[in-house]
Amino acid sequence: MSCCAPGAEMALDMVSVTSALPSSQEIKLASRSLGDDLHQTELSIPAVRCGACIQTIETALGKLDHVEAARVNLSTRRVSIRWRGDDVPPFVAILGRLGYQTHLFEADTDTKDKTLSELIRAVAVAGFAAGNIMLLSVSVWSGAEGATRDLFHWVSALIAIPALAFAGGIFFRSAWNALRHGRMNMDVPIAVGVSLACAMSLYETITHGDHAYFDASVSLLFFLLIGRTLDHVMRERARTAVKGLSQLAARGAIVLRADGARDYLPVSEIEPGMQLLIAAGERIPVDGKIIRGASDLDCSLVSGESTPRNVAPGEPVQAGVLNLTGSLTIKATADAKDSFLAEMVRLMEAAEGGRAHYRRIADRVSALYAPVVHLTAFVTFLGWMAVTGDWHRAITIAIAVLIITCPCALGLAVPIVQVVAARRLFEHGIMVKDGSAMERLATIDTAVFDKTGTLTLGQPRLVNASSIDPAMLAIAAGMAVHSRHPFSKAIAGFAAPGGQHKFDAVTEQPGFGIEAAAAGSTWRLGRRGGWKARTGREGRHGYGGTVLTKDGIIVATFDFEDALRVDARAAIDQLHNAGMCVEMLSGDTAKACAEVADGLGVDDFVPCLLPSGKVERIERLARDGHKVLMVGDGLNDTPALSAAHVSIAPATAADIGRNAADFVFLRESLLAVPLAVDVSRKAGSLIRQNITIAIVYNAVAVPIAILGHVTPLIAAVAMSASSLLVVGNAMRLQGFATGASSAIARQDRPARAGALAQSS
Amino acid sequence: MTTLVYLIPVALFLGALGLSGFLWALRSGQYEDLDGAAERILIDSDDGAENATRSK
Repeated sequence: MSCCAPGAEMALDMVSVTSALPSSQEIKLASRSLGDDLHQTELSIPAVRCGACIQTIETALGKLDHVEAARVNLSTRRVSIRWRGDDVPPFVAILGRLGYQTHLFEADTDTKDKTLSELIRAVAVAGFAAGNIMLLSVSVWSGAEGATRDLFHWVSALIAIPALAFAGGIFFRSAWNALRHGRMNMDVPIAVGVSLACAMSLYETITHGDHAYFDASVSLLFFLLIGRTLDHVMRERARTAVKGLSQLAARGAIVLRADGARDYLPVSEIEPGMQLLIAAGERIPVDGKIIRGASDLDCSLVSGESTPRNVAPGEPVQAGVLNLTGSLTIKATADAKDSFLAEMVRLMEAAEGGRAHYRRIADRVSALYAPVVHLTAFVTFLGWMAVTGDWHRAITIAIAVLIITCPCALGLAVPIVQVVAARRLFEHGIMVKDGSAMERLATIDTAVFDKTGTLTLGQPRLVNASSIDPAMLAIAAGMAVHSRHPFSKAIAGFAAPGGQHKFDAVTEQPGFGIEAAAAGSTWRLGRRGGWKARTGREGRHGYGGTVLTKDGIIVATFDFEDALRVDARAAIDQLHNAGMCVEMLSGDTAKACAEVADGLGVDDFVPCLLPSGKVERIERLARDGHKVLMVGDGLNDTPALSAAHVSIAPATAADIGRNAADFVFLRESLLAVPLAVDVSRKAGSLIRQNITIAIVYNAVAVPIAILGHVTPLIAAVAMSASSLLVVGNAMRLQGFATGASSAIARQDRPARAGALAQSS
Repeated sequence: MTTLVYLIPVALFLGALGLSGFLWALRSGQYEDLDGAAERILIDSDDGAENATRSK
């Protein structure tokens, strides 16, 4: 696989998201009309990795009828397709045949990232200005005098003032915002220092003075803008990667009209009383009541129950539930905005607790730092006034103090560490939404996990395969491939390698199981007792369980358990070693929870919780003075995710859960959680070191400035040196090799190799 | 001194040229897919497919 550089980001290595392909109506709904019968559709293709992939995809899509153009963006792993006409060309099927899994993307109203282009433009302008002014300054430092120096100062001023106005806008606006709300942030001393330095230099230039600080103020902006741009790029990358995951909520549904017509309507237009047709494999868009059909429903994302629920007409269903086996007709009982999903969003907004009150380290430092610095400068001014009585000299020195203390190193100290840390987490498939999340994660002492879908995969695993007759297992596996019920999928994994068992006819009876006819006998795979009402001939051997029957006689029984997530045990051990208390909150039964908790060494668990119960539990922990990390994936966890001090969700989580969480991990392994904690703690200590470095630097430089020995040359050198020191210290984070990360890397390799094989 | 009168404008002009070149490249979307650009150079475009699928 030489085409895939080892350095390429390994984002979106996720493989097994159980979701149906988007239907053509859904694609049409999500596409953007460009007018003139032209539509644009954005698809996310996580497996695109190299030039060959680009070519394969673009050529294949370009050959389709009605497709105007297709262009792959390798950085965002997306393809945007322009097409004409009413019928959607079969993109998804074509890409599926090429081996690429696709997720539908909501075409953004404006795909361009405005902030990023503003930042890059500002960096470019500041860089240009800093370079040119520095060139002129070097001539001044090396002895240009008289009219030449004045000329150079004037040229510098002409470059610096427009550049500051353009590139400094970001800082000035942010500083003004902070001041207006009575707060302090790092941008306040930056804005004050830069603008005062510029004003003083202008005065010096006009009065033919010796020292102008245009170079210092512009290069300061340049450094700070670089830090800010990197920070933004990192966050944006995490955001797009998370957005590129498949949407787990239904976008619309087929509505059955009274006259028999069928329309595909977006979720927002579905009204109570409408009849909806839900095919097997689709999610239920709004709360409703079943009127026809029988099926099994996967409620794991909604309630945390791991066992699929068997449903019949008359039963209520909640939005977000996945319909597994049979098609259903439901009658909507609530609008989308009153459905379960919307209820969760409301709970989530109400729960917005801990993080709203969190103040970032940089802001806390600058709240102390800025007044001290400004006071020092003022006292310096007063002191020189008292001693010499020369107000020009006093002002010059006071402003030199401001420039030398302008928190260049301090402004870079925090973001640069967070950028490096985020990059490291990114390499391990963990997305960080913003820097404050890392600061918060470093402080936690309690980790709370959801059970289904987080500690477990929410997919059953056959546990007694070894005690089943291999011949029977092969027959059961041959039947099971015809169903998408999770139990069937687990059994189908044991299919005989030598090809499929031959059946004359296989039918799936939604809610009961699979029936097959072969060589004159009838095989049935399904719930024990499930067929009783129909055949009345089954033996009574306990309750529940899945059985294979031949002509009504049980020949094999299958036991399942919810498969634990990879490395769940190791992850919890590592969290324990890191001094954390681990708890489990679940909506599932006490029995199911106890098994998992025992198996994993979880300290404590609370079963049968409603979504609001989870929030209450977390709020109680918070009141007891704990800083709580919540890890969860379900819709029912979403309020808890936003109530916790910091939260992590797997990529398989419900959409709003992913949006609510601070971190999202894309790989299966739960070791991502201790790794994120570990990296965050290391980042936290590096941030403290960096702040110390910046303060020590100030302690040395400020007395020199107060005594009036700082020339523009010394200011420029000191500033660059301290910035380099801080950046260099942050880079040390790359070098830390931890047990957690190497273990993750080890188990990633097979998954990655699989993805590569698929992509070529 | 007299040399400076034209040297400084020349230097600034060249710098500004570079800056405007960068801003133009930014605006025309050349920084939107850096990874893709690195790979696309390896794609043979003898059948013209590359030009046909270029969306800009």
